[in-house]
Amino acid sequence: MAHTRLMRELQRQGVSRREFLTFCASMATVLGLPEGSAAAIAKAVENEKRPILVWLEFQDCAGNTESFLRASHPTVADLVLDTISLNYHETLMAAAGAQAEGVLDETVKQNKGNYIALVEGSIPGDADSGYCCIGGRSALDIAREVCGNAAATIAVGTCATFGGIPAARPNPTRALSVADAVPGVRNLINMSACPANAENITALIVYYLTLKQWPPLDRYRRPLFAYGKSIHDGCERRAHFDAGQYVESWGDEAHRHGHCLYKMGCKGPATSQNCPNVGWNEHTNWPIGCGHPCIGCAEPNFWDVMTPFYQKLPDVAGVNTDRWLDTVGVGLTGAVAAGVVVHGIGEVMRRGRGRLVVEEKPAAGKGTGEQAGAKK
Amino acid sequence: MTHVVVDPVTRIEGHLRIEAEVDGGAVKEAWSSCTMFRGIELILEGRDPRDAWAFAQRICGVCTTVHAIASIRAVEHAIGAVPPPNARILRNLIIAAQNVQDHVVHFYHLQALDWVDIVSALSADPAKTSSLAQSISDWPLSSARYFAGVRDRVKAFVERGQLGIFANAYWGHSAYRLPPEANLMAVAHYLEALDWQRRFIKIHAILGGKNPHLQSFLVGGMATPVDPDAQASLNMGTIAALRKLVAEGLDFVTRVYIPDVLAIAPFYKDWFAIGAGVTNFMSYGDFPLDDNPQPELYIPAGIIRNQDLAHIEPVDQAKIVEFVTHSWYDYSVGDGEGLNPYKGETHPNYTGPKPPYDRLHTDQKYSWLKSPRYDGVPMQVGPLARMLVAYASGRPARVKELVDKALTQLGAPATALFSTLGRIAARAIESQVLVESMGMYVEALAENMARRDYRIQDTSRWDPGSWPKDCFGAGFHEAPRGSLGHWVHIKDGRIAKYQCVVPSTWNAGPRDAKGQSGPYEAALVGTPVAKPEQPLEILRTVHSFDPCMACGVHVVDATRRELARVRVS
Repeated sequence: MAHTRLMRELQRQGVSRREFLTFCASMATVLGLPEGSAAAIAKAVENEKRPILVWLEFQDCAGNTESFLRASHPTVADLVLDTISLNYHETLMAAAGAQAEGVLDETVKQNKGNYIALVEGSIPGDADSGYCCIGGRSALDIAREVCGNAAATIAVGTCATFGGIPAARPNPTRALSVADAVPGVRNLINMSACPANAENITALIVYYLTLKQWPPLDRYRRPLFAYGKSIHDGCERRAHFDAGQYVESWGDEAHRHGHCLYKMGCKGPATSQNCPNVGWNEHTNWPIGCGHPCIGCAEPNFWDVMTPFYQKLPDVAGVNTDRWLDTVGVGLTGAVAAGVVVHGIGEVMRRGRGRLVVEEKPAAGKGTGEQAGAKK
Repeated sequence: MTHVVVDPVTRIEGHLRIEAEVDGGAVKEAWSSCTMFRGIELILEGRDPRDAWAFAQRICGVCTTVHAIASIRAVEHAIGAVPPPNARILRNLIIAAQNVQDHVVHFYHLQALDWVDIVSALSADPAKTSSLAQSISDWPLSSARYFAGVRDRVKAFVERGQLGIFANAYWGHSAYRLPPEANLMAVAHYLEALDWQRRFIKIHAILGGKNPHLQSFLVGGMATPVDPDAQASLNMGTIAALRKLVAEGLDFVTRVYIPDVLAIAPFYKDWFAIGAGVTNFMSYGDFPLDDNPQPELYIPAGIIRNQDLAHIEPVDQAKIVEFVTHSWYDYSVGDGEGLNPYKGETHPNYTGPKPPYDRLHTDQKYSWLKSPRYDGVPMQVGPLARMLVAYASGRPARVKELVDKALTQLGAPATALFSTLGRIAARAIESQVLVESMGMYVEALAENMARRDYRIQDTSRWDPGSWPKDCFGAGFHEAPRGSLGHWVHIKDGRIAKYQCVVPSTWNAGPRDAKGQSGPYEAALVGTPVAKPEQPLEILRTVHSFDPCMACGVHVVDATRRELARVRVS
């Protein structure tokens, strides 16, 4: 392959071609792409023309921004980011005030329909409420203009995706998700979780650059490569669930030996995300790995439907209790067999119409949910 | 008189707006406004107090541990739970890591570009840069070839014409004073720090499952089991990993961060006399070193009034009140009164201009932040306040040593600390003090493991049946940006009322009933502004506080008023 400028920059930083290709191969794995895709990724990443990206922050805590900063393979990741022109990001950009707003204005005007908007945080539904203003403009006004003119919008984190904590009962500011605040927004991709995992954000960007299309999505417009399977199904403690071995008290022998946290309130069975596979902070750990139950942070309304966090699932408000008792209830007494029943009935436990339902595993080849569309 | 508006103030957490009157090349008057509100305390009402930490934690994703810590401490205080030694030690480690990581990121990624001109770095001579770097530190990444690589990388980036996050900034502004070589060195360290923060924060992933938003906190302790003989627990492998990460943190702070601050400061010495602002300082103290009800704190508590380092007063939470005279809330007792957080009430009522707007009504209400006051006066909180209290208290001894050493090296008197640059220096010194202390906690954890002390949580207080039916608690913490307190009222096992008084509320709050300005507003007065249309100097003073606006905003509503119909999907 020709020595592109990217490769020269990589070499200057002491990153070899081999290391770069290893990175591309690991990205292919995260994305679940077939063998041989690494070369395609490498080619796409090396592309000279950088797509423009703007990152908007509304009712947020900057947790997704911080998560983004933790993307792994540091040196190469820096360059992957160099591959994108991040024109606007309040937490990171050098310009402030009028100069910052000038950049956003110009980006939107000059690149209509050709940039990607990322949104972090929910959006107050009433533009006049004063609950979120930037440069004197309401978040709703900014979101509608910037997302409305974007080629695609990526909602990053559960607040932008589903309303998140500001929208939790009693939703004092009438906080909305991007989907609700900007009706009809084009090519919306929801990267839920609190915060969204840096590996998944990076993977989504690489997916787009490589395949020139957006990934297939589930019913909540989340990429299947990151949200296609429940935490429970990928959990390293699954064998203990199946064997009926549960933590009963913090620090007990079962806890120290990594047994199942279901009885301590784990929401892994009702949560779809790839935490067990990709881990956090460069595969260092993940919440269940450190001994705490999953709190279901990738799911809609999790602050309301997954709480109290330390109550085991059938007791959680909003869960379809009957179905749970049929399956998990048996699991608690019948151990292995019942665990298999839960596994067999539904790939994913998902919430719909305000409560959790068991969803049948989609037939192979059909895919689930809507496609964001291959158009740019 | 020119009216300057900086909105958004970037390179901070959250949404901050500064309005200022500039005359004769300096700020005459300033107003600090937070323009975002979520109402998390209202959302907390009626919930299980054991869940509160996770909700409160989402107040901020930058200082991602601080509200979780204050929350569990408040609930523990209310229900009488006592975390065992392992939990205390793990929390100390997590808190120290948060402070150190946050301070480094603040210096390089949020604050540095106010002092470092990236465009100037392009004309730097790599050989001279190398000499400069080697004269201030033995950090190995200092060869001419290395700096040439950084320069060429930035040059290539600029030449491609897509400046991304560096576009439209104040490059070439007359207030930038570093020679090109110092600029290039700082740019190199900006990039190195980006890698470093990602590695160092693995301490949080080990102890909390992930960062941001660690998930190992529990009321009464921590969820991370401790057992040297178990694979799924913190064990000797963890100790080894922590030792390595702490050593790397110490290395970067000692050999890069501190030398950079000491190298850059001499070019901006006039900033030791700018931005003093509020002259009262407060620290709640933190890092309990034992398990007594009144433990010794590694970073001490205290109040300093009027810069008088000879007298340290103890902190009394009963003297804390908050005003809403200039905040978009109503009080049932009227706007002239302040309320202690235990009796706090907040009814949001936006009376600002209808967006889009050009000016706030600064003579009326103009911020979502309240105005906290201690014994009637504003307090400055944060690393400078902590280092001053520690310096004046004489403990830990390391603080006085490092402060005196820095002042000697810079040829500055102790009064220089009361300034914009003083806040930046104090943050660096605190990073050094805290990263040096981390090894002590790692070894204490190892000693507990050797004793097979498996206790991580006060299991006797986990069941709500063991709690008083009606109880109050307050939890205090020194977060990276300063003194943080949570106040909770628990009734029948549920949260009846929740209130936070947060560092950025202390520092960034608006005027109070008496018209006294908060620390941002006071510090901005006198800050020079060479070009009102490019308010670089305003950013310097504001950034020196490390604003964190999402933290600053809070609400508690005694009547559980439903402000909007809940959407049902």
